[in-house]
Amino acid sequence: MHCETLAKRIIACLDVNAGRVVKGIQFEQIRDAGDPAELALAHSQAGADEIVLLDITATAESRNTLLETVRRTARQLFIPFTVGGGIRSLDDAAAVLDCGADKVAMNSAAIADPALITRVAERYGSQAVVVAIDARQRTPTAWEVYVWGGRKQTGIDAKEWAKRAKELGAGEIMLTSMDRDGTKSGFDCPLTRTIATSVRIPVIASGGAGEPHHFVEVFQGGAADAALAASVFHFGLKSVTAIKQELRDAGIPVRPTC
Amino acid sequence: MIAIVDYGAGNLTSVVKALQHLGEECAVTNDPDIVGRATKWIIPGVGNFKATAPLVNGKLGEVLRTGVDLGNRPLLGICLGLQWMFEGSSEAPELRGLATFSGECTRFSDQVKSPHVGWDSIAVEQRSRLLAGIPSGAYVYFTHSYRAPVCSDTVATCTYEEPFTAAAERGNLFGVQFHPEKSGDAGLQILENFCAL
Repeated sequence: MHCETLAKRIIACLDVNAGRVVKGIQFEQIRDAGDPAELALAHSQAGADEIVLLDITATAESRNTLLETVRRTARQLFIPFTVGGGIRSLDDAAAVLDCGADKVAMNSAAIADPALITRVAERYGSQAVVVAIDARQRTPTAWEVYVWGGRKQTGIDAKEWAKRAKELGAGEIMLTSMDRDGTKSGFDCPLTRTIATSVRIPVIASGGAGEPHHFVEVFQGGAADAALAASVFHFGLKSVTAIKQELRDAGIPVRPTC
Repeated sequence: MIAIVDYGAGNLTSVVKALQHLGEECAVTNDPDIVGRATKWIIPGVGNFKATAPLVNGKLGEVLRTGVDLGNRPLLGICLGLQWMFEGSSEAPELRGLATFSGECTRFSDQVKSPHVGWDSIAVEQRSRLLAGIPSGAYVYFTHSYRAPVCSDTVATCTYEEPFTAAAERGNLFGVQFHPEKSGDAGLQILENFCAL
């Protein structure tokens, strides 16, 4: 039995609207936290293992703004970089990958057209395909998938959808608990564990981060492979270093911050 | 000029960006004439081993083979590029690799999550020109479902399920399973070492 060295990843998420980073509290009430390229570089230098940029408006008019933002953000970034929001076709995926993203995250479009997952995976490889799932608890052991930024319920079970997404070619699952998003009360560990133990691909836990111990909980109790947070980093509440120190103290493998 | 050989396996933007950051002149190409004129070669790539067929066939295959046999032009294989430098892969048994390094690539078993995605630490096993300045225990970024075995030219290993080749080198031929262009400062150092050869 070898010592497990694969690091649990800490991912900084930038929610972007019209080229500026914002963060919603439970998908509403938005605050401006600055320039995406600047923030991405700052997070990378502070020790974040990966950057996710989510275009939360993703209207037709914002596409060109987004591509320019992706290009500017990618230029100085030498850690994995995922872009999501409004990716509805192979061409949309190709455009952000050509601008320097390494992975695309697809959510509503993957539900509407599951074959899109396969098309992007066949062209760019599964490592470039992240399926984002926004889920809300329905029973003590079941969660329902929501789309359109959490505005529309689908009747689809999150666990079943995660398994199907993997079969279709997803390389990772980015799982957001809508019940916890923006609450800073901790990740939804039962949801994360349910998905992470049902698919043999990495699961990124999202929604609810507020304190360093929340990260310990989601890696230990939630069996997550990575954990994502936005506002917890933007507003300087907790540094990546402090989170990683707490993880290291708990015996969880992390990449040193410098 | 460094030729980044484009054989249709994945997105090469990140590799270009990292080389530009290091101030290196590079061209993404599949033109055998341009590849032939380059002073160094990088063979990146992700995806199925089947995709490596253009590296063996036709004029491009001939140019690469001749250069490798002469041994005077530094070549860096990244990810699928490294796997291609081994003898072959169970992913596409009908194809042969470059066979610079001995052994066949195989898939991770069902005992572990696959692909192996994320930052993992490497153990530096031998003196290496490519890994100069990189300490054992350094973290680099991996994303792959097949792994190359440990061989006599392995200079660094990573352990996931069992030890596999993270980096190998022989003469001017180098390969890394991880993505130096996505591995932060450690990765940029490795690319800089290659550019400085």
